[in-house]
Amino acid sequence: MDYKSNKAWLYLLPAILFLGVFMVYPLIDVFIYSFEEGYNSASQTSFGVGAYNYSYVLHDPYFLQALKNTFLLVIITVPLSTGIALLISAALSSIKVLKDAFQTIFFLPYVTNTLAVGLVFMILFQKTPYSDGFINNIIGFFGGSAVDWIDGPYWAKMFVLCLYTIWIVMPFKILLLTGALASVNQDYYNAARVDGTSRSRIFFKITLPMISPTIFYLVITGFIGAFKAYSDAVALFGTDLNAAEMNTIVGYIYDMLYGDSGGYPSYASSAAIVLFAIVLTITCINLLVSRKHVHY
Amino acid sequence: MKVVLENLTKRFPNRNRKGDDVIAVNNFNFEIPDGKLIGLLGPSGCGKSTCLSLICGLQRPSEGKIFFGDEDVTDLPPENRGVGMVFQNYALYPHLTVRQNIVFPLENLKGDQKMTKQAMEAKAMEAAKLVQIEPFMDRRPSELSGGQQQRVAIARALVKTPRVLLLDEPLSNLDARLRLQTREEIRRIQTETKVTTIFVTHDQEEAMSISDMIIVMKLGVIQQIGKPQEVYDDPVNLFVAKFLGTPPINVFTGTVKGEKLYIDGSQVLDVPGVSDQEVYVGIRPEGFILHDQGSFQVRFGAVEVMGRDISIVSYSDASENPTIRSIIDSSNKVEPEGGIIRFALKPEKVHLFSKETEERIRVTRNR
Repeated sequence: MDYKSNKAWLYLLPAILFLGVFMVYPLIDVFIYSFEEGYNSASQTSFGVGAYNYSYVLHDPYFLQALKNTFLLVIITVPLSTGIALLISAALSSIKVLKDAFQTIFFLPYVTNTLAVGLVFMILFQKTPYSDGFINNIIGFFGGSAVDWIDGPYWAKMFVLCLYTIWIVMPFKILLLTGALASVNQDYYNAARVDGTSRSRIFFKITLPMISPTIFYLVITGFIGAFKAYSDAVALFGTDLNAAEMNTIVGYIYDMLYGDSGGYPSYASSAAIVLFAIVLTITCINLLVSRKHVHY
Repeated sequence: MKVVLENLTKRFPNRNRKGDDVIAVNNFNFEIPDGKLIGLLGPSGCGKSTCLSLICGLQRPSEGKIFFGDEDVTDLPPENRGVGMVFQNYALYPHLTVRQNIVFPLENLKGDQKMTKQAMEAKAMEAAKLVQIEPFMDRRPSELSGGQQQRVAIARALVKTPRVLLLDEPLSNLDARLRLQTREEIRRIQTETKVTTIFVTHDQEEAMSISDMIIVMKLGVIQQIGKPQEVYDDPVNLFVAKFLGTPPINVFTGTVKGEKLYIDGSQVLDVPGVSDQEVYVGIRPEGFILHDQGSFQVRFGAVEVMGRDISIVSYSDASENPTIRSIIDSSNKVEPEGGIIRFALKPEKVHLFSKETEERIRVTRNR
């Protein structure tokens, strides 16, 4: 190694040091724990080494429930939130009056505390002995029957969770998409107009490809974010998510570490590694797809 | 297809609403004959691009009418006017190949105009051949040089065989050598297709070299319309005189007294028919003749050799420009005596302008 590359390593040292201590080492550690059966963090001992932790986790009905919930959440919220955000951004960029006001309104959820928003959703949806909740009142007004959204059937709870997630992630997506839309050179649209291009063709053939890098960025980060969902569920359904059938993978990991059923770092580690493998796979697929469709 | 503009005016509301409207295009009246190449020329901000947008249909005129042939197109949207437009930055779609870019306008056709894939392909190849980009049909715009992108843009504008071709600053994004080449190319394409072409430029050399006719604009007002040489030889005002020609015209302050022109106190030229007044005198660089007995004296500065010609840089207190540039044949020997150099002047290269209005003052030459 010559002097020059020594110097380069020296410059990299702070980053390597911190990333190593706080990212790489824990990751390796988690990986090791996940194979150590019955690891005890206090005594630093375990019974043995093997794949039993994985077997346990993958057969645990709570984990399977969490896996199902998380997948549903990902599959429903990522396409929906990205699509709706795209529609809203496109609408925002084509209006002139009150554009700034609308942009501010749409951005507000981003700066609002998750738990506070959860409280608002509770008020909207929760059925109490005193009131059916705002949404149920509306449903009742149209002749429907009240649904217990928070403690009721699975689909109702999943619906609220998805709605909440979409609402929470929307502002960031709108912000990025309006920025991307604004950065498309007006000349492209003028050229298309001169050539008599229809509005829908302009949108699908020019606008969409032009902002496709941003869309793919949002999809990838959206997938990762949704897989790591936890606080949203807590905000709506409280900390005992297993009882509510609304647990997520991250929630399961947390429960295994600190929850009422806590004290099982080995199981938590295995679940974390499973989540890691899933997210890694999905992200790789995403990147491969985007490489095929984003050209410039 | 001839293009006629009638009382064409475009006003933009002032940014702070109290001020007057900004008039980008002020009461244009002119007719562009069929199949000609027209240069719209003026300094930046003179409304020439706005004028092009109006003809294209991207903007609506505040007043006035636009005719293509006998058809009134003022209220038609751009796609129904039959125009092809080349944008300053070419506006080629970066995610499409050259072929897809050129075919794009054809794919928009609806109803009975709809074409088969083969017909579109044939049309695109025809346009590509015209601008000589067939070898690059499957590349993306980012893989082409600026000049090649320019040609793709022209091919895309021509593929629908427009009635009028519009070019916005077509050469401004090219380097000097490519510019020369491309402007000849534009001329060739225009001659081959015989489509009426209007192009906008701030570069007078560009406009003069390839246009059949130039229109000189200033602050939204047409100054002069004519063949390039005519406008150059016979400018109607000081602005046009200054704007055309490289090196630019030399401007002096002078006085007319008894039908004689005085610059810097010395009598330099007879100006029959001009009343006594203060004037601006514009002398083209080629209007100077080295002469021992020349009546026009200036302080010698330097000689710049340009090969075929030499350019003499000199100074005078009466000059409005910091330096005076005169271009003479290189066979001349420059021998300044005591730092003074003497010229005789070619009367047809000397233009007089009123000091107040900057309008041209005509000299009655053949008496």
